[in-house]
Amino acid sequence: MTAPPDDCLARNEWICGAYLSTRRQILLDAVAQHLQLTVIAVLVGLAVAVPLAVLARRWGWAAGPVLAVTTILYTVPSLAMFSLLLPVYGLSAALVVAGLVLYSLTLLVRNILAGLRAVPEETRQAARGLGYGPVRLLLTVELPLAVPAAMAGLRIATVSAVSLVTVGAIVGFGGLGNLIYAGMNTYFKAQVLTASVLCVVIAVAADLLLLGVQWLITPWTRGARG
Amino acid sequence: MNTLAEAWHWLGDPAHWTGDDGVRHRLAQHLVLTVVCLVISCLIALPVALVLGHLGKGGALAVNISNVGRAVPTFAVLVLLLLTPLGRYGEGPTVVALVLFAVPPLLTNAYVGMREVDRGVVRAARGMGMTGRQMLFQVELPLALPMVMNGVRIAAVQLVATATIAALAGGGGLGRIITAGFNLASTPQVVAGAVLVAVFALIVEGIFETAERLAPRWVRGAR
Repeated sequence: MTAPPDDCLARNEWICGAYLSTRRQILLDAVAQHLQLTVIAVLVGLAVAVPLAVLARRWGWAAGPVLAVTTILYTVPSLAMFSLLLPVYGLSAALVVAGLVLYSLTLLVRNILAGLRAVPEETRQAARGLGYGPVRLLLTVELPLAVPAAMAGLRIATVSAVSLVTVGAIVGFGGLGNLIYAGMNTYFKAQVLTASVLCVVIAVAADLLLLGVQWLITPWTRGARG
Repeated sequence: MNTLAEAWHWLGDPAHWTGDDGVRHRLAQHLVLTVVCLVISCLIALPVALVLGHLGKGGALAVNISNVGRAVPTFAVLVLLLLTPLGRYGEGPTVVALVLFAVPPLLTNAYVGMREVDRGVVRAARGMGMTGRQMLFQVELPLALPMVMNGVRIAAVQLVATATIAALAGGGGLGRIITAGFNLASTPQVVAGAVLVAVFALIVEGIFETAERLAPRWVRGAR
């Protein structure tokens, strides 16, 4: 009979190199699922939020209902949100994505709308005087000027989505949340800590990445002071 | 719509309201958990924010704590705490995780509210010979109150919503009705639990809204 190996896995330590090397594939798969769910949810959220914000800007009466509905959606707890959508999507990744999309809407719509409203009236009139139609005005003047405010919302929405994906563990599509959930049931400390740290790393990295993108696509906001 | 009807039916069954797993008990647990966490978070966050706001220091700290707080999944914090020695103390990990979650919005709102008080008014108060303490309690805090209360409101609603996560880690509260429903593969029960939590969150939001409307004009601010 061989003696049980005396390594950090056997001792169930929080920080464990052996865990990282033996479970590399599991961790990579979880990170991939986490990223996939987050990216799809944020992109779909953006695709829904931009038209909603533009509509609310065009027709003032639409702003109230749009903001009210998205705010109510935001109040619904994540665990409850996933459960409410359960009859529609069943136990699937689409369920998690749909929940995350609904959450991101409040943050995105509010910020994009604030950005659109902040475009100076003189700027719009100048563009109209140059013969810009409503569509060209929206695409080439209003939306670009709303980018900084929209990006602020996008960053908050993305960071929140990364942390909310973990709750998806309840339906088995939680990315790193799955590892945390499984680790909780088996008291596997290294797995819980590693997955949690990876979540935070992904959130911070995503935030910095979006900050970089914002810097790249809004050249007019920099250099004015330089 | 069939599921909603079944969920309604589930809620209508008196058997589901009594006992240790019943709605009434879970609702009480949820309420206690939320109130306890809100009070603790306020006791921690508000004094710090008010003093920092009064001194005009630590703005970057307040904002950064808020951002980091958003990036850390509450579920992960809860499970991490559960595996530490603290995990032996019943609801201990849940309370700590929820407090950590509620402190950032309280801190940021209170700090920003204090800094947004008209500097002219503050200088006038100093010119009248007020001490720092008098300025804080008689001038700055009353003027910052709408922002401070807005932070409390955000924290309260988020706490109600997030307290459901405790159920994932075996804690009490309305979340347990949802997780139990998942385990029984009973969609009506899951939906019923979700509706209960959502309604609870909206009621809390409504209470704050009403309190704000009924409050004297100076509390509401000039918005």
